[in-house]
Amino acid sequence: MARSRHREAASRLRSLVTPEGVDLGVVLADAGTRAGAFLLDAFFIMIAGFLISLVALFGLGGLGIDSREPIAVVWIVLVFFLRNAYFLAFEARRGARTLGKRIMGLRVASRDGSGLAIDQVIARNLMREIEVFLPLSMLLARAGTGVADTLTTMFGAAWALGFALFPLFNRDRMRIGDLLAGTWVIEVPKRTLAEDLTQRSDSIIRAFRFTPEQLDVYGIAELHKLEEILRGDNDAALSTVAKAIGDKIGVPYGDDRARPFLIAYHGELRAYLERKLLLGKRRINKHDA
Amino acid sequence: MNAPVSVDGVRQSLASFRSERERDWKAFEELIARAEKRSPKALTDEELLSLPVLYRSTLSALSVARATSLDNGLIAYLESLSLRGYFYLYGARRGLIERIADFFVHDWPSAIRDLWRETLASVALMVLGFVAGFRLVAFDKTWYDAIIPADLAGGRGPDASVEWLRQGLYDGGGGYLSTFAAYLFTHNVQVSILAFALGFALAVPTVLLILMNGCILGAMFYVFWSKGLVYEFGGWLFIHGSTELFAICIAGAAGMRIGTRIAFPGSLSRIKAAAKAGRVAASAMVGVAMMLMAAGLLEGFGRQLITSDGLRYLIGGSFLALWLAYFYLVQADTGDEKT
Repeated sequence: MARSRHREAASRLRSLVTPEGVDLGVVLADAGTRAGAFLLDAFFIMIAGFLISLVALFGLGGLGIDSREPIAVVWIVLVFFLRNAYFLAFEARRGARTLGKRIMGLRVASRDGSGLAIDQVIARNLMREIEVFLPLSMLLARAGTGVADTLTTMFGAAWALGFALFPLFNRDRMRIGDLLAGTWVIEVPKRTLAEDLTQRSDSIIRAFRFTPEQLDVYGIAELHKLEEILRGDNDAALSTVAKAIGDKIGVPYGDDRARPFLIAYHGELRAYLERKLLLGKRRINKHDA
Repeated sequence: MNAPVSVDGVRQSLASFRSERERDWKAFEELIARAEKRSPKALTDEELLSLPVLYRSTLSALSVARATSLDNGLIAYLESLSLRGYFYLYGARRGLIERIADFFVHDWPSAIRDLWRETLASVALMVLGFVAGFRLVAFDKTWYDAIIPADLAGGRGPDASVEWLRQGLYDGGGGYLSTFAAYLFTHNVQVSILAFALGFALAVPTVLLILMNGCILGAMFYVFWSKGLVYEFGGWLFIHGSTELFAICIAGAAGMRIGTRIAFPGSLSRIKAAAKAGRVAASAMVGVAMMLMAAGLLEGFGRQLITSDGLRYLIGGSFLALWLAYFYLVQADTGDEKT
């Protein structure tokens, strides 16, 4: 499962070459994360709309105006503007992301790597109006007046579904709006600098020494897997891995010393492979001679 | 062979690479975080000047780390930091307010200018539909019911009396006309959004939609013409219609642009051509939404309050002149040519 997740992430990797000539490599957001961000945004808009209509209702009631029709009209127009202003104003800012995208660690970016222009933001958000809200409002309106025949309902549902599933059917996970605007949605995780595992050292760790033969068993892929295990906090996985490595290289480490053993082995293996790297040999994995 | 590099030596030099540069990365991260959270104004001049320097040093550290280090945690950190810096330094340089001003001064009129061919085609289609609708109803009155949806007609059929029709044109306040106006507004917004969106299907639905809209207009026009109320009906329609019909034509033009560019992408790939057309069309569509708002206000207030035919024509005409001047005559010179 972990491997398939890895492959899946690799399929979402796109190159982004800066003017300095460094390929930063961006990861496209997957469909689930984007759906989550959209639902969050829809939730925020609904809360805001609800608050505004409460204020309008009581405010107008307090003024002694009792006419439900104008309120309904105002509300329809307001919600239209609210949702459009929400997406436009947030995505036109430097961060290029709505609150939902921010929470999910996403942002909008131009596909060609240039700065996001305002007409791109407009294009991708206008299309959302057609992708989601138009069929939705048509359906609601018809259901409300009780004239929603099966055919219209089915047509509306098919329309909305077609647009909603569109990102799943293209390589770059684009909505129709992204396609027309020349944008895509990428992950921008905020990472803190993790500690250097090889700098962890105490007498127990230093007590482990490994011969070049023992270090020759693994390559870079295995090293990175080991790093992932050490940075995580899954103790069961840790002891399994320690046992596998201990058996393979023939080092009895003692059951209570699984972690120090792995830290020591990781440190030596990394330095060993880095030295090879320096001398021009990148040993990709254990099958790489 | 050559002198062996000791394992501990490599480990030592990579550790010092990290520890010596770490302070710069942390400083860069802190500056970016502050600038992202607030605005560039949160930074002092000195800090602003140091941003590109720190960015480049982070980027070069990333290159070094990728080539020499196998510490995934370090590389992932540098990648995410460089990406944030990249988007900050090469991303949008202007604030929201400036960009909105930019839209009104530059993007909107230039998008409409860019669409002039499609707009002409759209107007021609609407006129064609108008003539067809007019002739059809003149030929056989039963066409009227076929062309105009019952809820849109509101009883104004070919068999309605002159008095009743005349009353509808001037009696703004109560009655069915106010709900009719609200209906018409949502109808028009939907027509223009659909005309734009359905451009996707190679512009065929857009063309049909614009034709149909002209048809409805023509059929209704015939009813008033046959009763000798042309001048009055014209005023009733023109006060907001000049803005509204123009907006619908532009929406149709935007749809056609997308459709034709997908069908005939030229030297670009279809996706790139669609993206290019989409950006122009989207700018035009925001303008359309604003024009429809203006039309809605004219319809809601202007037409209810102003019942003089001459004044109605004057207002409708001056709005049309205003739009035309804004779009086609006045060209803001921005100096740099945007693509």
